Amino acid sequence: MPFQNLSSRLQGVLHRLRGKGRLNEKDVDESLREIRLALLEADVNFKVVRDFIAQIRERAVGHEVLGSLTPGQQVIRIVNEELTELMGGTQAKLSLASQPPTVVMIVGLQGSGKTTTAAKLANLFRGRGHRPLLVAADVYRPAAIKQLKVLGEQIEVPVFSMGEANPVDIAKGALSHARNNNNDLILIDTAGRLHIDQGLMSELVQIKETAQVHEILLVVDAMTGQDAVNVAQTFNQELDLGGLVLTKLDGDARGGAALSVKAVTGKPIKFVGVSEKIDGIESFHPDRMASRILGMGDMLTLIEKAVAAVDEEKAEKMAAKLQEAEFTLEDFQDQLEQMKQMGPLDQIMNLLPGIGNIKHLKGLEVDDSHLKKIEAIIASMTPEERRRPQIIKGSRRRRIALGSGTRVQDVNRLLKQYNQTRQMLKQFMGPQKRQKKKGMFPFFQ
Amino acid sequence: MVWKRMFGAKSSPEDLEREKKGLLQKLRLGLEKTKQGFIQKVDDLTSGRRVDENLFQELEEVLIQGDCGVNTALYLVEQLRARSREEKVTDASQLKKMLAEEMVRLLERKPTDLKMPTEKPYVIMMVGVNGVGKTTTIAKLAHRFKQEKAKVILAAGDTFRAGAVEQLEVWANRIGVELVAHQAGSDPAAVAFDAVNAAKARDSDVLILDTAGRLQTKVNLMTELGKVQRVVARELGRDLDEILLVVDAGTGQNALSQGKLFQEAVSLTGVALTKLDGTAKGGIVLALANELDLAVKLVGVGEQYDDLQDFDPEAFVQALFAPLNRSG
Ligand SMILES: Nc1nc2c(ncn2[C@@H]2O[C@H](COP(=O)(O)OP(=O)(O)OP(=O)(O)O)[C@@H](O)[C@H]2O)c(=O)[nH]1
Ligand SMILES: [Mg+2]
Repeated sequence: MPFQNLSSRLQGVLHRLRGKGRLNEKDVDESLREIRLALLEADVNFKVVRDFIAQIRERAVGHEVLGSLTPGQQVIRIVNEELTELMGGTQAKLSLASQPPTVVMIVGLQGSGKTTTAAKLANLFRGRGHRPLLVAADVYRPAAIKQLKVLGEQIEVPVFSMGEANPVDIAKGALSHARNNNNDLILIDTAGRLHIDQGLMSELVQIKETAQVHEILLVVDAMTGQDAVNVAQTFNQELDLGGLVLTKLDGDARGGAALSVKAVTGKPIKFVGVSEKIDGIESFHPDRMASRILGMGDMLTLIEKAVAAVDEEKAEKMAAKLQEAEFTLEDFQDQLEQMKQMGPLDQIMNLLPGIGNIKHLKGLEVDDSHLKKIEAIIASMTPEERRRPQIIKGSRRRRIALGSGTRVQDVNRLLKQYNQTRQMLKQFMGPQKRQKKKGMFPFFQ
Repeated sequence: MVWKRMFGAKSSPEDLEREKKGLLQKLRLGLEKTKQGFIQKVDDLTSGRRVDENLFQELEEVLIQGDCGVNTALYLVEQLRARSREEKVTDASQLKKMLAEEMVRLLERKPTDLKMPTEKPYVIMMVGVNGVGKTTTIAKLAHRFKQEKAKVILAAGDTFRAGAVEQLEVWANRIGVELVAHQAGSDPAAVAFDAVNAAKARDSDVLILDTAGRLQTKVNLMTELGKVQRVVARELGRDLDEILLVVDAGTGQNALSQGKLFQEAVSLTGVALTKLDGTAKGGIVLALANELDLAVKLVGVGEQYDDLQDFDPEAFVQALFAPLNRSG
């Protein structure tokens, strides 16, 4: 896959740069070419890439880099800094009205994830002590209202609907309903529409005016291509957006559209969608997105998740072990508990650098419901077996299966997965292992 | 109505010609709205210039801006370079025609027609990531086959997303076709099993299976999809007729990952490209053809059930190349 080649090519260039004592302009140009390709393959808008590279070049050939003792690292640092800056620098929050209720309108193209996002936000803010009201104003797509109602029920948030009435009237009705029922946050789910559909765009403007909308969030699919900037620009011109929500980031989309949209509209990305589940929404971190776009993984998020689940010392040890690809089943057992709190393993894997290069991701996914089984299997092993799983042969496997109330196939599968994981970790930790100095962030120390 | 008749009366050459025109018009309409069509840029680039290396590089950039991806842009431009050397082309405006030809050639590498039905029921399964237009495309196809007097049955295989079953139900009622559905949360393979047997028992001509949207990196969900395919094939005693990957025309390079991983999970037979009514989009299908040998077979151009067309590479490329703000 070209996608993956690029990612590894880029990492190769960055790696080469790291080792250089001195850089000349040619070195810089070569690495900028790779970075440009990486950005384009990540769907960063073409024009944004052009300006961006020009800017990096200016800084990179300047004194800052060429005069430095570690020029390669300087280039990388600059790229990362500039990318982060381009995406807003710091975290942007949802703006709440000083006089409740805060009315938030959720807009976007068809299929971008508006309804799910509305419900996720309602759930998030309910957890923060708000009293949200969801409003079903998508009267066009069949069963869209039903979808919101089911979600509302799941999260115990009321859903206001008026069937297939005019969306402007629905919004108006929702406002007075919220006032009567003491809801301090109104989330209006609107129908998906094309930005060039003038009739439907003016419907949004009308809702905005009638329902005293405080904040408008544009939902953008992370998989969007070069057209994302046109979409965002048009929505912004018509509606003056408050910010963006980037969805479906739990896949392998690099999300370059995010960067472009911010660059072009100046509007910050406020949230990202990271799973189909109702709690799969997070605040947006520009710095982390930057390394994801560059295909450098997101060690920061990984470490942070680890820190949240365990104490700091343990987390560092774990990250080091992951990097060394040296962890044993004993560590695995130790970490299973913590992993469970960090989220699904596949999600965690996505955060690791170079993950795009790994072909054998298949079968690695540890389904949460399997965790119990795995725990039982490991618990039935002797300490020696946990430390050196390669000694577990036929009869031991049968014994372990018997002891854990599982089947031999389950034991086999676990051992296979363990081996694959180790191999995979070796694979993408490989290039960095060669260097002597060790640290958490291979590219940014 | 722009499609090849597959049931009952076959379309005449005149029909096809008329339909082709209709397709062009609809596509062009979308392009005109934006006034920044991909080919507008090619036009601007090539008019009144001589062929030189700068021009090739600029063409590459235009292709990348059209979501073709770096590799495919390089590939296409390399073809142009070679041909213009061989054919001794110096006038840049000739490159435009050449580029169109190369694009069509690429898009036609694999058959772009839906397979003709041989045995009852003709079975189609739609797969793809979340929100691309699977369910809507199914409704459109159902409508098309119904128009041809075929007996159609739909299977509500998305048992996961809230409201998904109801969504297909609304369409089935609107169009007047049958539906096999289980409760939300039930096993999609069981729905598929029942649907195939219902289609056989009721002597249906066509069975179309909906599936839940899923990101291609979710291994468990992809495995589930493979299982559905196996169950259907087993009950049919043969392969499905079509398994179409639905791709949103606004998708960028991630479509390549989608194509690759869905291809690994099920036996894809082609692509349905949706939301082409928006702007000049869809360049990603060139990359899908070039890098994964995936051909587009259907095109969605709106949200209504008659907004579906057969994919016609020439019309697609011509629409991209259509001069804007001019008649024709
Ligand atoms: N403009 C336009 N919109 C479309 C087209 N096809 C589908 N849509 C819209 O895209 C949205 C999503 O369509 P669905 O058919 O529900 O997509 P899906 O792939 O089944 O979605 P999930 O089941 O949630 O994964 C709906 O609002 C459709 O009306 C098209 O060709 N043009
Ligand atoms: Mg659907």
